Amino acid sequence: MGIVSPGFSGRPRSQEPALPPGQYLTEDFPVLSAGPTPRVSLDTWEFVISAENGTEYRWSWQELMALPQETPMVDIHCVTHWSKLGTTWQGVSLDTLLDGVDTGAHFALAHSYGGYTTNLPLDDLRGGRAWVAHTFDGAPLPAEHGGPARLLVPHLYFWKSAKWVRGIRLKTMDEPGFWETAGYHDYGDPWREQRYQGD
Amino acid sequence: MATGTPARAPIKWQVARLVERRVETPTAQTLVLEVPDWPGHLPGQHVDVRLTAPDGYQAARSYSVAGPAVDGPDGPRIEVTVQRVPDGEVSPYLIDVFGAGDPVEVRGPLGGWFIWRSEDTAPVQLVAGGSGIVPLMAMIRARRAVGSKVPFRLIYSVRTAQDVIYADELRRRGRDDFGLDVAYVYTREAPDGWRGEPHRVGLADVNTHGWPPDLEPLTYVCGPTGFVEAVADLLVGLGHSSRRIRTERFGPTG
Amino acid sequence: MTEMSYLDGNMLDGPMRELFTVDLSTAMGRCENCGMTGSMASLHVYSHAPGLVARCPSCESVMVRLVRAPDRAWLDMRGVTYLQVPMPMEQTLPEPL
Ligand SMILES: Cc1cc2nc3c(=O)[nH]c(=O)nc-3n(C[C@H](O)[C@H](O)[C@H](O)COP(=O)(O)OP(=O)(O)OC[C@H]3O[C@@H](n4cnc5c(N)ncnc54)[C@H](O)[C@@H]3O)c2cc1C
Ligand SMILES: [Zn+2]
Repeated sequence: MGIVSPGFSGRPRSQEPALPPGQYLTEDFPVLSAGPTPRVSLDTWEFVISAENGTEYRWSWQELMALPQETPMVDIHCVTHWSKLGTTWQGVSLDTLLDGVDTGAHFALAHSYGGYTTNLPLDDLRGGRAWVAHTFDGAPLPAEHGGPARLLVPHLYFWKSAKWVRGIRLKTMDEPGFWETAGYHDYGDPWREQRYQGD
Repeated sequence: MATGTPARAPIKWQVARLVERRVETPTAQTLVLEVPDWPGHLPGQHVDVRLTAPDGYQAARSYSVAGPAVDGPDGPRIEVTVQRVPDGEVSPYLIDVFGAGDPVEVRGPLGGWFIWRSEDTAPVQLVAGGSGIVPLMAMIRARRAVGSKVPFRLIYSVRTAQDVIYADELRRRGRDDFGLDVAYVYTREAPDGWRGEPHRVGLADVNTHGWPPDLEPLTYVCGPTGFVEAVADLLVGLGHSSRRIRTERFGPTG
Repeated sequence: MTEMSYLDGNMLDGPMRELFTVDLSTAMGRCENCGMTGSMASLHVYSHAPGLVARCPSCESVMVRLVRAPDRAWLDMRGVTYLQVPMPMEQTLPEPL
């Protein structure tokens, strides 16, 4: 730790027992970006699940919106130490999307418009714990927060919730994504503080 | 003033203390910091400033060094000028809370690209937006300090006349520093007696107050990211080689 | 506004100097994707992220990623095919043996 600057407290934050270790509560919704914000038109938007055998399952925007919608209210935890509680979303459960996908894969690599990728165990996309979300706080998800649609996997650090999600590749072997190839944890459980590799 | 050899050592955080502050505008202040192990720097370089809260939380930001280092009784002193960003985490602290004698960590000097070397004889044009004047002022001050005759032209974009940082000094230098021209562009409100409407820096400003491309000037553009983006595009459109345009983006807020 | 959120590669000097003794922002680098060769100081650096991401100013592909944990750092430069680093002139005569 460096020397303390008298009177410096940083952005207002609080450390609550309800939060994962090392996290602070924030009221705003910080924008993180590792590149230019992709602008994706709803006319050409698509979501693709590619199974390990090469079969592809595609949804257009209209098709996605026609699927059963859910409105999860969840806490989100960013690896840059902020947490935001009780966020409300609307989207389609990955259970719905994976239903009817024929696969024996154990891993998933989510990929996005703009080139971002992140890996997760396929099981973590199941069981009512993951969504393709298009609405935040009652309004269309803004592009800077990942709109038209982002992955929402709130039980893992938020970098797993790929913004501008375009599809998921199902894999028999785990393939690390954008941050996971640069030191971040392959799983990323905030409650076990799995920030970096080896944590 | 430092030598021109590239630094070859790891740079460590060191403790600096606030010696004094000067009010530049209603939203910007110059902080004089005493940095015991300051090795000297080149005009245009910056320092990283790191703040630590009692619970260990840290925030670091970059600030350009505003002029040559000076010797104080207890070691070298450098100046930075900080513009207050509303809702910012670090700049309001540095302006409103950070007190004389208080410690802060700094590392530097940093950035060997956005610098002006007095050996370089090409004419120089400087385009500043808001607090982007800081590293460009360091170049203007260094030019005078070494007695350089390289012609400098500064175009300084500000919201209103009261947002001009270093206003008195720029007025004086514009008059006394032979070969330095200073022009202003007002984006919100022009002062009384100003000809023309408030506007953003445009082709006409750069054409009138900058150097033509065939003189192959060195151009330094500094300010908020959007400003730098727009000005760099203008300059390339006018025929300036992008290799002779050096930019320092301060981020969305600048 | 988020398009306007990147900084110049100049700012890499501080974070990179934790690993190296030279100012890599003054080096020339070649983009692995499009072949553009230019000063590392002209890269577009995205800093509001879990690490620093420096992209090619021509094609926006990722050239450098730097992640800093309290006790470790990761540097991924697979987007850079080479770096040309300015060196101070060494003495021209060999030292006496
Ligand atoms: C090389 C360099 C030199 C600089 N020199 C100077 C100088 O001489 N003088 C000076 O006043 N400033 C300078 N700056 C800017 C300075 O480093 C800070 O960015 C500035 O002081 C604001 O910091 P802050 O903590 O007050 O605001 P922050 O808390 O960082 O941000 C303020 C607001 O802007 C938003 N924001 C900030 N960055 C982003 C982003 N990337 N994406 C989206 N939103 C964002 C925040 O959400 C917030 O609303 C320089 C920057 C660089 C890179
Ligand atoms: Zn490229």
